[in-house]
Amino acid sequence: MATNSPKLECRSVWKLFGSGAAEALQEGGGKLDDAALEQQQLIGAVRDVNLEVLEGEIFVIMGLSGSGKSTLVRCMSRLIEPTAGEILFNGENLLTASAARMIEIRRHQMGMVFQHFALLPHLTVLGNVAFPLEIQGVDRSTREERATKMIELVGLEGREEFFPNELSGGQQQRVGIARSLSVEPEIWFLDEPFSALDPLIRREMQDEFIRLQNVLKKTIVFITHDFDEAIRLADRVAIMKDGKVVQTGTPEELVLNPADDYVAEFTLNVTKAKVVRVRTIMKRLPEKAPKGGYGGTVLAGDTVAEVAPLVENSKKTLRVLDEQGEIVGCLSRDDVVTIMMQA
Amino acid sequence: MSSPDTYAGTAAEPRRKGWQFTRWHGVWGVALFAFVMFWLYGKPVARWAFSMPRDMQIPFKRWISTFMKWLVDEASFGLFTFTELTRFIAAVIEFPYKVALSFLSTGFLKGQGSDAVQILPPVSWIAVIAIFAMIGYFAGGRRLAVLVGACFGFLALFGQWNNAMVTLASILIAVPLGIAGGLMLGIAGYRWKWFALFLKPLLDLMQTVPVFAYLVPILFLFGFGPTAAVVATIIYALPPMTRISMLALRGVPDEVHDLGRMLGCTGRQMTWRVLVPSAMQGLMVGVNQVIMLALNMVIIASMIGAGGLGYEVLTALRRLDIGRGVEAGLAIVALAIALDRLSQALATRSRAHHQEGSATGSFVQRNPYTVASGLLVVVTGLIGLAVPAVQTYPEALQLSTGTFWSEVVKWININFFDELEAVKNALLLNVMIPFKRFLLGLPWLGVTLLLGLLGYALAGWRLGLMVVVLAFLIAVTGQWNKAMVTVYLCGISVVLACLFGVPIAILTAERARLWKWVEAVIDTLQTLPSFVYLMPAVMLFRVGDFTATIAVVAYAIAPAIRYTAHGLRQVDPQLVEAGTAAGCTPWQLLTKIKLKLALPEIMLGLNQTIMLALSMLVITALVGTRDLGQEVYIALTKADTGRGIVAGLSVAFIAIIADRLISAGADRMRARLGLKR
Repeated sequence: MATNSPKLECRSVWKLFGSGAAEALQEGGGKLDDAALEQQQLIGAVRDVNLEVLEGEIFVIMGLSGSGKSTLVRCMSRLIEPTAGEILFNGENLLTASAARMIEIRRHQMGMVFQHFALLPHLTVLGNVAFPLEIQGVDRSTREERATKMIELVGLEGREEFFPNELSGGQQQRVGIARSLSVEPEIWFLDEPFSALDPLIRREMQDEFIRLQNVLKKTIVFITHDFDEAIRLADRVAIMKDGKVVQTGTPEELVLNPADDYVAEFTLNVTKAKVVRVRTIMKRLPEKAPKGGYGGTVLAGDTVAEVAPLVENSKKTLRVLDEQGEIVGCLSRDDVVTIMMQA
Repeated sequence: MSSPDTYAGTAAEPRRKGWQFTRWHGVWGVALFAFVMFWLYGKPVARWAFSMPRDMQIPFKRWISTFMKWLVDEASFGLFTFTELTRFIAAVIEFPYKVALSFLSTGFLKGQGSDAVQILPPVSWIAVIAIFAMIGYFAGGRRLAVLVGACFGFLALFGQWNNAMVTLASILIAVPLGIAGGLMLGIAGYRWKWFALFLKPLLDLMQTVPVFAYLVPILFLFGFGPTAAVVATIIYALPPMTRISMLALRGVPDEVHDLGRMLGCTGRQMTWRVLVPSAMQGLMVGVNQVIMLALNMVIIASMIGAGGLGYEVLTALRRLDIGRGVEAGLAIVALAIALDRLSQALATRSRAHHQEGSATGSFVQRNPYTVASGLLVVVTGLIGLAVPAVQTYPEALQLSTGTFWSEVVKWININFFDELEAVKNALLLNVMIPFKRFLLGLPWLGVTLLLGLLGYALAGWRLGLMVVVLAFLIAVTGQWNKAMVTVYLCGISVVLACLFGVPIAILTAERARLWKWVEAVIDTLQTLPSFVYLMPAVMLFRVGDFTATIAVVAYAIAPAIRYTAHGLRQVDPQLVEAGTAAGCTPWQLLTKIKLKLALPEIMLGLNQTIMLALSMLVITALVGTRDLGQEVYIALTKADTGRGIVAGLSVAFIAIIADRLISAGADRMRARLGLKR
């Protein structure tokens, strides 16, 4: 969970397309509003973005196409040069780093997964996964050993000698994931990794991704246009619109307190019970135990949907434990039912 | 209501629907009238506007010749002179060429000239056939292996083996160098935008300058011989490879580009480990083109000493030895088909398939083809020492069809002479000669201005100005009359090609099985080197403008058929259904719907036909035309660079004028029909 220090920070990051963008931004005192952009014939792909990605968390950037999310993630690794701002990675400002330093950082500390996989057609699965290490000049036996491990990790053992065009979409993206992990990156960028897949495969890959993250505990920046995917995977979500971050928060916060109508629109069809956690709706433990005693215990971090069957079976109020096993509150059946009834 | 103006307006209304008088009609009316007046009565007033007087001509020819002389005699880059540079290039090419030639044809020799002693024989004919068949098997399976084997067997059977191997040796050297050079230029153009901008017009020009024109300066710089021929071949094959490389590299997805950068690739790693391998499929199309162009050029370069099959055709043409020419021509066809199918199969081979245990096993298991080839060469070489028939295809088993072909021609000429002659004369006297006279009588000034007006009307003043400048350059270098002869031959040929090609396309385009056959035929026609087309035309009609026209039509008809058929088949079927529902007869469907919508595509076909016709026309100088091609040919025989380059550029200018005007016309038409490119 997100309890650690920031790994990656964006401070007033701007990316404007059009000629004279940097000068215009400077003249505007580092800010330009819609009218100013239109007047200068500039396109604001990323506008004044501030966010922190904490160590070990899954940070999802969600937005519809054209919202600037792909541009933002490319600014974070400087694949696209931001017009202004700071990108702090482990406290180091990437925008002032030299080209050689950037190569160094990208080679050893960053990994990226692409929407359309970006596999090299002339290399086998093994060759693709080992490719980042090959670029670094790691010797053949070492890199193939590491690659083989990664291939096993994503469940593609036995396909090492296959070529990309012999694999299904889901399998190809597994190769892409294995490749991005082969350098053991500190930060892992996933740019709509499952958007090109069929819905059923997408679901399967999301489960796979959760399983992987439980093992790996990486710091992750995950891009998606799918709100359900965002709240399913995220520790925290940033919602983007027209290049700006509209709201940042946990899925629960977004659903319970949408910042504006735009965010509310997305949360409309979300099953609240799957997002709201016990911690949020639990009550202080009453002085004396209710009639008939308590029905059992649940964890404060679980979602309401997860504990609902328990509540339903016991028909009694449950006690709530925190991570340390301390009793911190109680959960009444009525509150659970109320949340479950909401769409 | 009662005013006469209003009355006139309503009366004019119905007529306007059919034909509207616009400003352009007025402009054209005036322009054409002025042109005709000037043409009929202007000659006494302004003779210079009809034929450019000598003292008004700009002596580009002399300037270029002087410049070339200076290059060879005096130019220096400080450390070395220009001549040393060309000698160096020649040496770099000559060494591998000698090795390839030794392997395939002469064997390894010790000593010079007639004292030479063979220390090692060339690779035996059996081994060569088997190796090429194996490549065919590797690339495309058993059927391709049989086809390639048969093509090479044909060469041996009909006694063209040695000539074919000389040609093949040149190709083996020119192709890798052409591919490497084109790829380098393509990468440079991809990397640096300014370089691509600089390259584009140069590539356009290089692809429109006729092949002979390349030969003249190369002959001057590198002398007569196979090395010069290989240099010419490489230069000729470079532009398409460069173009295709740039296209293929630009086609690599952005994500793959991002991937390379995310992995921290250096510039070199990015190019060679990421971009080029990802673009491989596209690049292989370029490889096929380079091979076919190299073959075409090696044949033509026999004029500057390439030897081999091309030289065989050339000498046959010069002596009108039909039998020999046809034999060599057929050998070229066999070689062209084999090389084309091989390289196409290599390009599309589904290389990305895993093989069980491919990474393991002994050297022999991993490289079965290489080992087998090596063994074949050695074993047949050893046996060949004892049994000469294994080394060299025995002469006793050769078939000569030379006399047969001569007999055929004799028979045709005896039995059908009158008929053929009648067709030829009818066309010559009634169409070709009057048209030629008409064109030659036109004032260059008027034609130039009319073309400029057309360019302006189609695409604005830029095009108009460009057309005027190019046409003016042709006139001012004293090439106008010869250019008009080129236009006349090209025009007649293109009209004939369309007269035959378009109906063929209309009849076959919608009949899938028939179209497959037609397509196979025109595909094959397009792989044949242009030289080959001269033989049958000369066989039937001897030399002259008519023969040239026939050869050009045969060479240039393919795009007329292909584009028309393509245009017809891409007409939206809903529109055809709508027409049928409205009760159109098949004829109405064709003329009122399909052809109208296919017209832009047909125009593109016309454009291609003109380009091919021009490139072929230059080669028909060998059968005695009197146009710009002849001028280049004469320059070639005299190694007169200035004359050759000026005439060659004039042909290129004609091509560019035609290309730009037709493309602009097609674009306008497409815009009006609301079709997208």
